[in-house]
Amino acid sequence: MNWISNYIRPKIQSIVGEQKDVPDNLWHKCPECDGMIFHRELQENMHVCHHCNYHMIIPVLDRLDILFDGATWTRVSLPAVAEDPLKFKDKKKYTDRLKDSRTKTKEKDAIIVAEGRIGGVHTIVAAFNFKFMGGSMGAAVGEGIVTAAELAVSKKAPLIIVPASGGARMQEGALSLMQMPRTIIATKRVKEAGLPYLVLLTHPTTGGVSASFAMVGDIHLAEPGATIGFAGKRVIQETIREELPDDFQTSEYLVEHGMVDRVVERKNLNSEIGTILSILTKQDEPAESESGNTKASASTTKSKGKKTKSKKSKGETGNVKNFETAQKAKQIKKASSAAKPKAGQRVASARK
Amino acid sequence: MLDFEKPVLELENKIVELRKVSSNDSGMNISEEIDRMQNKIQRLLVSTYSKLTPAQRVKVARHPQRPHFKDYVEQMIEDFTPLAGDRQFGEDEALIGGIGRFEGQSVVIMGHEKGRETNERIRHNFGMARPEGYRKAQRLMRMAEQFDLPIISLVDTAGAYPGLGAEERGQSEAIARSIETCLSVETPFISVIIGEGGSGGAIAIAAADKVFMLEHSVYSVISPEGCASILWRSADYAQDASSALKLTSEDMLKLGLIDDIIKEPMGGAHRQAEKTIKRTQTKILESLRELKALPRDKLLEQREQKFLDMGRNL
Ligand SMILES: [Zn+2]
Ligand SMILES: [Zn+2]
Repeated sequence: MNWISNYIRPKIQSIVGEQKDVPDNLWHKCPECDGMIFHRELQENMHVCHHCNYHMIIPVLDRLDILFDGATWTRVSLPAVAEDPLKFKDKKKYTDRLKDSRTKTKEKDAIIVAEGRIGGVHTIVAAFNFKFMGGSMGAAVGEGIVTAAELAVSKKAPLIIVPASGGARMQEGALSLMQMPRTIIATKRVKEAGLPYLVLLTHPTTGGVSASFAMVGDIHLAEPGATIGFAGKRVIQETIREELPDDFQTSEYLVEHGMVDRVVERKNLNSEIGTILSILTKQDEPAESESGNTKASASTTKSKGKKTKSKKSKGETGNVKNFETAQKAKQIKKASSAAKPKAGQRVASARK
Repeated sequence: MLDFEKPVLELENKIVELRKVSSNDSGMNISEEIDRMQNKIQRLLVSTYSKLTPAQRVKVARHPQRPHFKDYVEQMIEDFTPLAGDRQFGEDEALIGGIGRFEGQSVVIMGHEKGRETNERIRHNFGMARPEGYRKAQRLMRMAEQFDLPIISLVDTAGAYPGLGAEERGQSEAIARSIETCLSVETPFISVIIGEGGSGGAIAIAAADKVFMLEHSVYSVISPEGCASILWRSADYAQDASSALKLTSEDMLKLGLIDDIIKEPMGGAHRQAEKTIKRTQTKILESLRELKALPRDKLLEQREQKFLDMGRNL
């Protein structure tokens, strides 16, 4: 890249009025305020317009970078699924659409599962790739979520899913519909294991994706201005023949209607999620025997730093769901103050 | 009227006319002629219905004279006691249900009702449920679990209602939570697609231990019209979309997404409602026996595994 291609060409194009297809994406036009943003600037600003704070769709790899501590994460390999089981063809063959998307995105399908730390907490993230067929959910995406959830359970780690999807992948017919129950089973198992399941709703989250795993999280966060809803705006308009409110189906609208906990700006996601996860997994709780859990205190003595303690300690993670255990332990502790640690241990193992 | 049934309907009208004429003229012997015509009708029905295209299946599945939820309840359920309301906002008559006795056993039954006459159709919102409907379904499923009653759900909807109020009150969450409830209740759960299995609005009450489809019902992730207007950019291609979506009962069984097909009487359920319902009843009873024999924790595990396995062996 040189200054000519960086600067002069877009300038010429803007004069000629051709910036519609700027060849190597050197300049971006904000869809909200029409402001022009230099590519590098946009990337540095996490794909948020610095003129108006509009949150653009962020490439999925960048998404993972901004979510995880130190942009450090490892990719989880996903099982292969049947390709085009319906032999679907509209104007184009589904296999050709898949091929095109794979060439364009260098990805196998519309989801990436990754693991790493957020706020020091080892976490599994399943992030949609909107650039891959609109992030539509077929068997591959469903299998990705199932894999992510199973990994979360086996590693006793929180799960975060980041949808960016128009909904089910029509080209897989009812098989894509069945990803709704499949992903719900997967996330249910995470919750049943006492592990936090967070959803970060991003633009767009609609149709069968919003009506499945995306709406059953323990906590729902959303990026500003994202479109989140079940039915498409146009379909609703055609059905009710009424004007829809300006903020209809936005993140803010969903907060107002009780479906989302918080709208969080992209730049704050890592720290906010980090805080939430560390609270839910009781990362920074003083580990002395207040909780009566000897496992937890045992592991504390082994750990060196404040953070490492919480990260790897099995006892602590096992502690996540056991508010009840802690309560029971407290009672036992009161009853027999002499055998404090033993009582705690007994309760903890009895729960297993 | 179904266009491909036109020759059949013409013959049926002729028979009616012949009978009228003969009752005025007692000297006329028409029984032979009527027999001949009735045989022809049978042959026509067999030849038409043995090779229905997917698009024609969609029409049969939507036929207004097809037995609806209320018809099933009337014939299959004794002491049916309808229950109303989601206890949060309102009552949605697009998805109705209650308690009653099925073959002597206490059950919870619920399903979409499209309505038949115009005012009925409006009252039932054409079978397109709002969040209240799905929240009532959740309530009924929880009740079934509490009293250890099997659940029967009958699916017949074009889809969940796309409306402003529905979105305001969390249509997505209501459907998602309803699916989650289906997958959480420890009680035998049988679902039958009796007409249209329309997308999220259908699966919301159909994540069951056993899912059956009536022969000419359809089950799809999107309506053929909707699919055509998105992928072909014109609803005129609905026929092509109907074929591409693999929405027939045979396709669904082949893909391993349903458990079995309930055969319809010749000429479709709309010709012989009573017989159709009887067959459905037999199938449910048979399946309920199997499910009741299973230990409860196995039941839930199997239900989940069934869905997790879907698509893995294609
Ligand atoms: Zn760029
Ligand atoms: Zn802007």
